[in-house]
Amino acid sequence: MSLSPYVPIVGLFALAALFALFSVAIAPFVGPRRYNRAKLDAYECGIEPTPQPIGGGRFPVKFYLTAMLFIVFDIEIIFLYPWAVSFNQLGVFGFIEMILFIGTVFVAYAYVWRRGGLDWD
Amino acid sequence: MKDISLPHLNYAALAPMLILFGVACVGVLVDAFAPRKARYPIQLVVALVGLIAAFVAVVLRAGKVTAENAITAAGAVSVDKPALFLQGTLIVLGAVALLLIGERALERGGPFVAQAAITVGSDADQRQAARESGATEVFPLTIFSLSGMLLFVAANDLLTMFVALEVFSLPLYLLCALARRRRLISQEAALKYFLLGAYASAFFLFGLALLYGFAGGITFAKINESAQNGTGNITLLYAGLALVSIGLLFKAAAVPFHVWTPDVYQGAPTPVTSLMAACTKVAAFGGLLRVLYAGFDRVHWDYSPIIAAIAVLTMLVGSILAVTQTDIKRLLAYSSIANAGYLLVGVLGNSALGLSSVMFYLVAYGFTVIAAFAVITLVRDADGEATHLSRWAGLGRRSPFYATVFTVILLSFAGIPLTSGFTSKFAVFSAAGGGDQSWLVIVGVVSSMILAFPYLRVVVMMWLSEPGEQTPSVSLPGMLTSAALVIGVVITIFVGVAPQPLLHLTSEAANFIR
Amino acid sequence: MQTLIPLLVAIPLASAAILLLGGRLTDRWGHWLGVLAPMASFVLGLIAFFKLADLPVDARAYSTQLWNFIDSGSLHVGFGLLFDPLSAVFVLLITGVGSLIHLYAVGYMSHDEGRRRFFGYFNLFVAAMLLLVLGNNYVMLYLGWEGVGLASYLLISFWYNRNSAATAGKKAFLMNRVGDAGFAIGIFLMFATLGTTQYTEVFAGVAKLSTGTVLMMGLLLLLGACGKSGQFPLQSWLPDAMEGPTPVSALIHAATMVTAGVYLIARSNPIFSANATLQTVVVSVGALTLLIGCVIGCAKDDIKRVLAWSTVSQIGYMFLGVGLGGGAYALAIIHLLAHGFFKANMFLGAGSVMHGMNDQTDIRRFGGLRKYMPVTWLTFMMGWLAIIGIPPLSGFFTKDPIIEAAFNRPGWTGWLFGGVALLGAGLTAFYMTRLFVLTFHGPKRWTEDIEHPHESPWIMTIPLIFLAIGSVVAGFMMKTSVVTWLTPVLDPTGAEDEVHRITNVTGAILSVAITVVGAGIAYMLFRRGTALVEQPAGPVVTAARNNLYADAFNVAVFEKPGNWLTRGLVFLDYRGVDGLVNSLAAIVGGGSGRLRRLQNGFVRSYALSMLTGALLVVGAFLMVRLG
Repeated sequence: MSLSPYVPIVGLFALAALFALFSVAIAPFVGPRRYNRAKLDAYECGIEPTPQPIGGGRFPVKFYLTAMLFIVFDIEIIFLYPWAVSFNQLGVFGFIEMILFIGTVFVAYAYVWRRGGLDWD
Repeated sequence: MKDISLPHLNYAALAPMLILFGVACVGVLVDAFAPRKARYPIQLVVALVGLIAAFVAVVLRAGKVTAENAITAAGAVSVDKPALFLQGTLIVLGAVALLLIGERALERGGPFVAQAAITVGSDADQRQAARESGATEVFPLTIFSLSGMLLFVAANDLLTMFVALEVFSLPLYLLCALARRRRLISQEAALKYFLLGAYASAFFLFGLALLYGFAGGITFAKINESAQNGTGNITLLYAGLALVSIGLLFKAAAVPFHVWTPDVYQGAPTPVTSLMAACTKVAAFGGLLRVLYAGFDRVHWDYSPIIAAIAVLTMLVGSILAVTQTDIKRLLAYSSIANAGYLLVGVLGNSALGLSSVMFYLVAYGFTVIAAFAVITLVRDADGEATHLSRWAGLGRRSPFYATVFTVILLSFAGIPLTSGFTSKFAVFSAAGGGDQSWLVIVGVVSSMILAFPYLRVVVMMWLSEPGEQTPSVSLPGMLTSAALVIGVVITIFVGVAPQPLLHLTSEAANFIR
Repeated sequence: MQTLIPLLVAIPLASAAILLLGGRLTDRWGHWLGVLAPMASFVLGLIAFFKLADLPVDARAYSTQLWNFIDSGSLHVGFGLLFDPLSAVFVLLITGVGSLIHLYAVGYMSHDEGRRRFFGYFNLFVAAMLLLVLGNNYVMLYLGWEGVGLASYLLISFWYNRNSAATAGKKAFLMNRVGDAGFAIGIFLMFATLGTTQYTEVFAGVAKLSTGTVLMMGLLLLLGACGKSGQFPLQSWLPDAMEGPTPVSALIHAATMVTAGVYLIARSNPIFSANATLQTVVVSVGALTLLIGCVIGCAKDDIKRVLAWSTVSQIGYMFLGVGLGGGAYALAIIHLLAHGFFKANMFLGAGSVMHGMNDQTDIRRFGGLRKYMPVTWLTFMMGWLAIIGIPPLSGFFTKDPIIEAAFNRPGWTGWLFGGVALLGAGLTAFYMTRLFVLTFHGPKRWTEDIEHPHESPWIMTIPLIFLAIGSVVAGFMMKTSVVTWLTPVLDPTGAEDEVHRITNVTGAILSVAITVVGAGIAYMLFRRGTALVEQPAGPVVTAARNNLYADAFNVAVFEKPGNWLTRGLVFLDYRGVDGLVNSLAAIVGGGSGRLRRLQNGFVRSYALSMLTGALLVVGAFLMVRLG
C-alpha cells in the first residue's frame, strides 16, 4: 500500500497554511498605516455596528429556528444526492421510498409553515 | 458498480410501527391545518384509532409469527413473539396513558401549556394560563414516542436500536417541558432529562462502535456468533457491552444511572410521568432483555455478577431513598427505581422463565403505576395538583372512594397478596431463584419490606390522620381519567387474583429470534 | 335443603353488605332490612328444622359442599355446610333470639347516628355465627369463629370515640387472639396427624391417635373455647365488653357468641370423650370459672357488669356439663339454650332500665322502679327466677341436672365439683336477688337529674315479653325433647359408669333449698336499699363483706398478675420488638437522609455520578474479562 495519492493533498494543505500565515505576518510591515474611526470599529459587513450590551446581549430566537429548519432540508439533500446517483439500480422501489421520505419531510415543513415558523415577525 | 439488492419488507410484521408512525404524521398535519377549536377532538380520536389499529395489527401478527418469518427489513428488525408481546403491552399502556394526557375535565384546557415558548411569568404567560387550552401537539408527540418504543423492542441490530432510542426519547423530552402549572420546574426537568439522556445516548453509541470493532457487524446474530467463535478483540466486546448496557440502564432508571428520575418524574406533567413510568420502563427492559438474551447470551456468566450488583444497588437505593420522600411523585419515582431493581433480578433469571417473568412484571407494574398517577392528577387544589404528602393527610375522610383506590394501588406496590404487585414480584423472584440467584432474592425481599414502609405510611396518613385545612379535595374525574383509573385498578386486582391467563401469555411469548 | 342451608347464611350476609356498602342511601330503611334478615333466616331455619325432623333418626344430618375452598397439595378444605340436630338448635337460637334482639335494637338505637352501621355489623355477626355452627369442618368453624370475633370487636368499640369502648374492644380482641391462636394450632395438629379437618373423618380417626396427641389437640381446642367463652384464665375481657350497646351485650356477649366455646367442645365430643384427663381439665375450668363469676358478681355495682359476670359463671356451668361428658353434653346444650333466653331477657331488661334512667348503670342509684316500668319489672323477674332456678322456670330444669351430674361423677372429684356447683347456685341466687331487689324495689336512690323514669316503647317491650315467656317455659319444654333430639350427635352411651349418689328428687330439693337461702339473705339485706349509696368503700353487711374480700382476693390473684403480665408484655413489646423495629427504621431513615443529599438537583453532579458509575461498570466488565 502506498500513501502516494494523498501526498499532493497534504502539499496543498501545507501551501494554504503557509500562505495564510505569511500574508498575515507580512502585512503590518509592508502596508501603510493610516487610521480613522471607521477602521477602528468592529467589522460588520460595512454596516454601522449597533451598540451591544456587555456580555453579548440577546437576539431573537428566530435565528435558531431558521438554523434548525435549514438542517431539516440539508439532511433531505444529503439523502437525495446518493439516491439520484444510483437511481437506475434502485428503480421503482427507490422512487417510492424517496417520495415517502419527501412526504414525511413535507409534514414537518407544513407544520412549520402553518404555525408561522417561516414568518419573521 | 455493484448491484444494490433491495431489502425484503414484511409489511404485516412492520404494520404496527408503520401505522403509529403514519398516525403521528397525520397528527402533525391536523395541527397544521385543522382549525384551533377542532384540533383537540380530532387529535384524540386519531390517536386512539391509530393505537387500536396498531393493536389489531399486533394481534393479527401474533397468530402468524414463526422463527422463519420474524426477521425482516434486511435483518434490521425482528418481530418475534417477545417483541409482539411487548409491542402489544406498549400500545395498551400507551393508550391508557393517552387517556390521562387527553383529559381536559380536571382543569381548563388540560394539563398542558398552550405555548411553551412564552416566557414563564410574563403577562402573556398569565393570559394563556388562565384561558388558552393546551397544546394539541402532545398527541402526535406521544404517538411518535410510542412508535419509537415499538421499534426499540423489535430492533435486531444495535444501530436500529439506537435510532429507535432517539425516536422515542426526543418526544419525551419535549413532553416533559409542557406542564401548564409549575412551568419552571417542568422546563428544568425537561432540560435535565435531555442533557443526561443525550449523555447516556453517547455511551450507547460509543459502545456500539466498539462492538462493531469487535464483531465486524452490528446485528445481534453477528455479535453472538463472534462471541461464540472467540474471534475478535475480547476487550472491545466487554467494553462495548458495558457501554451499551449503560445507555439502556439509564432509560431503565437503574442505579447509578437513576439520578434523573426523581427530578424528571416530579417536574413533568403527571400524565407524561405515567407514560414514562409505564412505557419507558417496558421499552427499556424490552431492549435490555433483547441485548442481553439475544446478543450476549454467550457471555452471561461474565455480565451476571455486574448486573446483579447493579440490581442490588438499585433495589436498596430506591427503597431506602423512598423512605424519606415527602412528595408523592418523588416517592413513586424512587419506587420506580426500586422496581427497576426487581426487574433486573428477573432479567438475571436468564432463561425463558426470566424473560416471561420480566414481561409479566412489566404489564402488572405498568397498569398499576398509571392508575397511581391517575389518582395523583385528581388530588388537587386551586394551584393544581397537591403532591406534598402532608397534603394527603386525612384524604380517606374527604374522599373515601379515591383513597380506597389509592390504597389498593399502594398495597399492590407493597406486594400484598391478591394484588398484581404480589404475583409479579413472586414471578421475578422465583425466576431468579431458579437461575441460582437466591441471594438476590433475599435482597429483593428485604428491599420490598423497606419499600412497604413508605407506602403504608401514605396509607396510614390518608386514613388515620384528621383532614386539615390543607387537605385538598379530589376533583371529579372526567370520562378519560375514570377509564384509565378503572382499567388500571381492575387489571391490578385481576392479575393479582387470577394471574394464570397473563402468565400463560408471557410464557408462550418467551423466545427471542435473532 | 340444597339452597335452604346456604341461604341461612347468605341472607344476613347480603343484608350486612347492603348496609355497610350502601352508605347513607340506606339510612332511612336500613334498620328494617337489618331486622328482616335474621327473621327471614329464622323462618328458613324453622323450615329446615322440620324437614330434618321428618327424616329417620339415623339420617338426620344434611351435608353439602359448595365449592373447594383450599386445594393445595394434600390439603383439601371444602366450603361445606352441615345441618344436623346440634346445628339446628343453634340456628334456631341464633336467629330466633337474634330476631327479637334486632327488633329491640331498632328502638334502643333510635337516637344513635350510627344505627345503620350498627345493624350492618349486627347482621354480619349473625351471618358469621351461623357459618360457625353450620360448617362441616374445622376450617369453616374457624372462619365463622374469626367472623364473630371481628363483629364482636367492631360492636364493642361501636362508640369508638369513647376511650373505654375502644380499650375494651382492643382487650377483647387481644384476649381472643390468644385463644384463637391455640385453636388454629389445634387445627394444624389435626391436619398434621389425621390429614383432614372434616368433622366425620376427624372423629373417625381419633381412635387411632395416641393419648398424648388427643390430649394436646383437646387442650388446644379448649384454649380456643376458653378465649371465646370468657373462661378461666381468659375471662376478663367479657365484662369489659359491656362497653358496647346493650343489644350487643345481650346477643353476642350473653346469648350466642360466648357460647361458641361450648359448641366447639360439644361438637368435638368424640375428641373430648376419648381422654379422661382432658375431661377433668374441662370440668375444672368450668367449676373454677363458675365460682369466680359468682364471687365477682356479688361485688359489682354496675348492672351490666353483674350480668356479665353471671354470664361467665353460667358458661362455667355449661363447661362443667360438657366436661362431664356422656349424658351431660346434652344437659349443657339445653342450659345454653335456656340461658340464651333468660340472659338475653335480663340484658334487654337492663337496657330498658338504662334507657329510662338516662343511661345510669349503677344499681345503687336505682330502686323502686317497679311502679315506673311494670313491663320491664315483670319480664326481668321471670329472668331472675329462671336463672336462680326456681321451679318450674327454665333454669331449674337445665341447671339442676348439671349439678346432679357433677355429684354423680365417680370418685372424690364428684363431691368436689358437685359441691362447687351447688355453692355456685346459692351465690347466684344471692347476687341476682341483690341485683333485682336493688333495681326494682326499696327506696328510690336516683341521681337528681331523673324525675320521671319511663317505660320503654313497645318495640323494646315486645321482645322482652317474648323472651320472658321463653325464660319461663323453655326449660320444661326442652327437658326431655331436646335431649332426645340431640342423641344422634351427642351420644350419651359413651359415658363412664356413673355413681348414683343423689337422686333427682334429693338434688332438686338441695338446690332449691340453697337457692332460697341465698335469695332470702339477699332480700333481707337489700330490701331497704343499700348503705353503699354514698360510700362505696364501706360495706356494712357481713356476708357481703366476705364476698367482697373474696373479690379483692380474686382481683389480687387473677387480675393484677394478668395486668402485670400484660404490662410486662407491652413493655417487652415496646422495648424489645418495637425497639428493634424502631432502630432498624432509624438506620434506614438515616441512610435515606444521607443518600438524599446526593440528589441535589444539579445536572453537573448527576452527570458526574453517572460518569463515575459508567467508569465502574466498564472497569468491572474489563476486570471480569481479565480475571
